[in-house]
Formats: sequence, C-alpha cells, structure tokens
Amino acid sequence: MTVWETAPRRRRTRRRHLSRGDRVVLTLMAGVPLLLTLSFVWVPALLSVVLSFSSWPGIGGVSSIKWIGFQNYHTIFTIYPPFNPALEHNLIWLVVFFCLPAPAGLFLAVQLDKQIRFSRVYQSVLFLPVVLSLALIGFMTELIFSPTQGLLNNLTGHAGQNDMIDWLGNPHLNIWAVLIMACWRQTGYVMIMYLAGLKSVDPSMKEAAALDGAGQWQTFRHVVWPALRPINVVVLVITVIESLRAFDIVYVINQGTNGLELLSVLVTDNIIGEASRIGFGSALATILLVISMAFIAPYLVSIFRKDGQE
Amino acid sequence: MSPTTTATTVRPATDNPAGRQRTRPLRISRVGLHLFLIGTSVIWLAPLAYAFFTALRPYADTEKYGYVSLGGHFGFGNFTAAWTQADLPLYFWNSVIITVPALVLTLFLASTVAFVVSRYRFRINIVLLMIFTAGNLLPQQAIITPLYKMYQLIPLPMWLSDSGKMDDSYLGLILIHVAFQTGFCAFVLANYMRTIPTELSEAAHVDGASAWRQYWQIIMPLCRPVLAALATLEFTWIYNDFFWATVLMQTGDKRPITAALNNLAGEFFVNNNLISAAALIVAIPTLVVFFLLQKQFVSGLTLGANKG
Repeated sequence: MTVWETAPRRRRTRRRHLSRGDRVVLTLMAGVPLLLTLSFVWVPALLSVVLSFSSWPGIGGVSSIKWIGFQNYHTIFTIYPPFNPALEHNLIWLVVFFCLPAPAGLFLAVQLDKQIRFSRVYQSVLFLPVVLSLALIGFMTELIFSPTQGLLNNLTGHAGQNDMIDWLGNPHLNIWAVLIMACWRQTGYVMIMYLAGLKSVDPSMKEAAALDGAGQWQTFRHVVWPALRPINVVVLVITVIESLRAFDIVYVINQGTNGLELLSVLVTDNIIGEASRIGFGSALATILLVISMAFIAPYLVSIFRKDGQE
Repeated sequence: MSPTTTATTVRPATDNPAGRQRTRPLRISRVGLHLFLIGTSVIWLAPLAYAFFTALRPYADTEKYGYVSLGGHFGFGNFTAAWTQADLPLYFWNSVIITVPALVLTLFLASTVAFVVSRYRFRINIVLLMIFTAGNLLPQQAIITPLYKMYQLIPLPMWLSDSGKMDDSYLGLILIHVAFQTGFCAFVLANYMRTIPTELSEAAHVDGASAWRQYWQIIMPLCRPVLAALATLEFTWIYNDFFWATVLMQTGDKRPITAALNNLAGEFFVNNNLISAAALIVAIPTLVVFFLLQKQFVSGLTLGANKG
C-alpha cells in the first residue's frame, strides 16, 4: 500500500525527505489499524447489504447461500409481525430522547454554568448514571418497576394481587418504564456535553450583553445559543445513535419481546435464536444501516469540511 | 480550539468575586434554583440508593416487612452470597482478559493512525479519518450478522480458542472492541496532535529522527493527558459492553462480567436483594472511575465533541 504517492503537490518538498524506512513505518502505522477496521467493521457492513438479498440458514458454509432478490425485504414489510412495533418503538425512543433528555440536559447545564455554589456536586450526581452500563440499568429498571418486588409499586401500594400495575409485563406500559431509566442516563450525558460547550462561550460576550441590558433569556437566545451550534450537532448525533443502538436494557428485561421490540433486537434474534437466518437478519441490519447512515453521513461531511479546505 | 481549552473540564466558579457580587440581588431565585437542583439530585440518586438499601437486607426480612420498610437486619450477606455462589471472581477475570489488551491495543493503534493523519499531509488522510470515525458511529447491530458468521468460519489455533474458531474466543472479542473503538480514539487524538506545533517535528526531522522516534519520543509524551482521558473512557465502555459479548461469546462461563450477569440473574440471583448486590458489585469498577477518574472521563467524552 503506497499511501503517500497521492500526497498533494504543494508539500512535495517535505515528502521528498521521507526515507524508505519512514515510508514503511508510516504505511504500517496507518495500514494495520485500517486493515483491522475495514475487515471487522466495513466488510461486515457491506456484507450486510450483500447478504440481505440471500437466504442463508445458520448452519452450513458459503455454498448453502441462495440468492433470492428482494424477497427478504418484501417479507419484512408485509408479513413479519414484529417489524412495525420495532420501528415504532425505535421512533418513540428517538422522539423521547429528543424531547426530554436533550432539552433537560441543556437546561441543567445552563443552570450549573451560572456561578453557583456546589455546582460541582450537582454535576457529579447528575453525571453518575453515565458511567453505569446500560445492561446494569436494565437490572435497575427491574428493581424499580418489578410488579411485586419493585420500588414503585410498593411505594404506591400497587404491589398486591388486586390492583397490581404490571409495569414490565404490560406491553403498553413497559416501553415507558424502560424509557424513564434510559432518560435517567441520557440526560447526564447531554448535560456534560453542553457544560463543556458553555465553557467555551466567551464570558466577556455575556458580560457585554448584560451591560447592554439583556436579560437572562435574551443573553441565552442571542449570545449563548448561537455559540452552542457545534454542540447541538453532536447532541443530535448522540441522540439518534443512542436511540438506534438501544438494546441492552430491553434485552436484560425480557429479551426485547412483548412490547419491547426494537430493530436492534430483531437483528440479533435472527442470529442467536434457535433458527438463525443470516439473509433475513442482514436485511433488517441493512434497514438499520441505511437509517443510521442518513444521519452519520451529513455529520461527517460537516465536521470534515473544514479540514478539506485547509 | 486549543488543547488547553478543549481539555478544560467542568469546573465551578464559586470563587469569582465579581460573580458573587452580581448574584446578591437574585438571592431568592438562587434559593429556588438550589431547591430545584437538590430535588433533582435526590431523584437522580434514588435508584442507586434504593439498590444499595435493598442489597443490604436479607430476603427474609423484605418478605416479612416489605421492600419499602426499615424493619429487619442490615448487612453484607447478599454481597458475599452473590460473590461466592455465582463465582463472580471468574467473570471479573474474564473482563480483565478482554478489557486490558483491548484497551492497550485500541490506544496504540489509534495513536499511530492519528500520528500519520495529523503530522503528515497525505491526500488520503481525510478519507482515512472518515473511515475510522464513521465506523465508530454505526450501530453495532448493523454489522453483527455477517460478523457473527465470519467469526464462525474463521479458524483459530486451539491454544487461542477452545472452539477452534474466532467465535467464542477472547481474541475475537478483543479484536472487535479494538476495530470498533479505534475510530473514536483516532479522531480525538488526531485533533489533539494537530495542535502540537509542526516546528517540533521539523526540528526533529532535521536532527535525523525517524518517523517512529518522532511518534514515540516527541508526540506521544505530549499526548499523555489525552491518552489518560481516553483510557478512562474506553475502559468504561469496553468493560460495560453487553452486546458484543452476548452474541460473540455464547459460552456462559467465558463471558465478561457485564454480559454474564444476565445468565446469572436467572440461575443464581432469584430475588431482587441478591440481584441488587450482584449489580452493585459489577458496578464497582465503573464507580471507581466515577469517584477517582471523573475528570478524565468527562474530558475524554467532551474532547470528541469540541472539535471546531
């Protein structure tokens, strides 16, 4: 692999100094990680798309692949029962993440960015769930929402047999119980991002606005908010990505069934279920891939555009 | 943005006299703000506090008095029971075997890529960095199906894997963590290395230092704070992984602890008291990160966001 033969002309002087040894070393330094990422991330991503047009039972080698065109997609969109609920739950997840933790994280960050006592303590407390794994948060969801042993029902007197609220078993309720706990973690995550962004807002700008008689809201609206633009993009991306990746919490609770179906779970069911269907699972994965690339591609273009112009 | 400002972590500014003066007329709203924040904090701590409270009580007592009660004994019985009955040390060791090599390899490979793309001007650099960054943003489930099949087909020598395949081997899990996480670290490190003055490299070059020496003896020592932040963050992420281990490590007793807890919950941990204790034990390494390395964790997270 000769990475630098395509290097831009303007830097020719510098390039000529590279010795043969340096060339080999630099190729390896970029090439080994590139090879690893290509073969373990991008090749599988591409294969997801290719295999989505096939039928391949879990057992058997490459020779047992049959090419069947768009049949997997046809099945998914017409007669595969969990697909619509899964899509709906992913959408609910996204809307909730967008409407609750994102603004709440921003609001808390703005409050904590004021010169306020114990700010550090509040920050730590709100940030605590971010270090916990989502699988663990699945267990905590059970601790709180379990119908007989859970905190919520015992606290509100609904743990008895007569008026028990089955937070985790009722397919209309369980997604909301899960989302409450997911928001618990996501809010702290968003808050940390905004706090970092707020630190980079020039304080003299805020002072100037205050001297000009701007109120808190006006200062935020006209000085702080425009400066937060890059962070808003990042928050949007993590909101989308985390909603599409959601898996661990629901899988811990009931393996993502009975009201907790998600696209990620359907993909996984087709490989670790008793009857694994590689082609069908790949078609579901491709749908997930297309949705996520629709968000990732513009984001990448926006962050790398500046580099390209250098 | 300069490295000093990007590396700045959240810090309270209570010692600013100008700020304190300005707050005086707003005292009532300040009290309201504190009340709001205290209330929020209490709600935020409640789930963990409740888990700890439940874990301290024997199941017999919660059965007798109810989960929301103060009666009965308190002690660490559930913790010792969870630790010994379910053989938790074994699973912790599995986590170490996977997390440590994955972490070291990720940081090493990410730093070499970052060095190449940030210290040299090859036309391919942006494409290279995009491939890495985009790879890290994909949902894991979008690539798992072919990956799982690949893992079942790629042979490994028996000393590396009992199954003779990538599937169900420590190496397989380590490699997917490295491949997936290198992107984020390379992105962060490249942004940081770009801020190191080029004169340093040029002077070294004139002195005849090879590319490798420039990387290892000049650039890497300057990256220590970022490497520490990324190490903290990546440790937490890899340790907390549930998905890769659930799919690619299907033999129960080889799983790292975060994924193993799910099987154990059905088998050994039959009541919420034991589950709470086990969950808290599993959370200990991440709680250590929270209490001791919070600054590094936060700056690792925000370094990736503050490109601009």
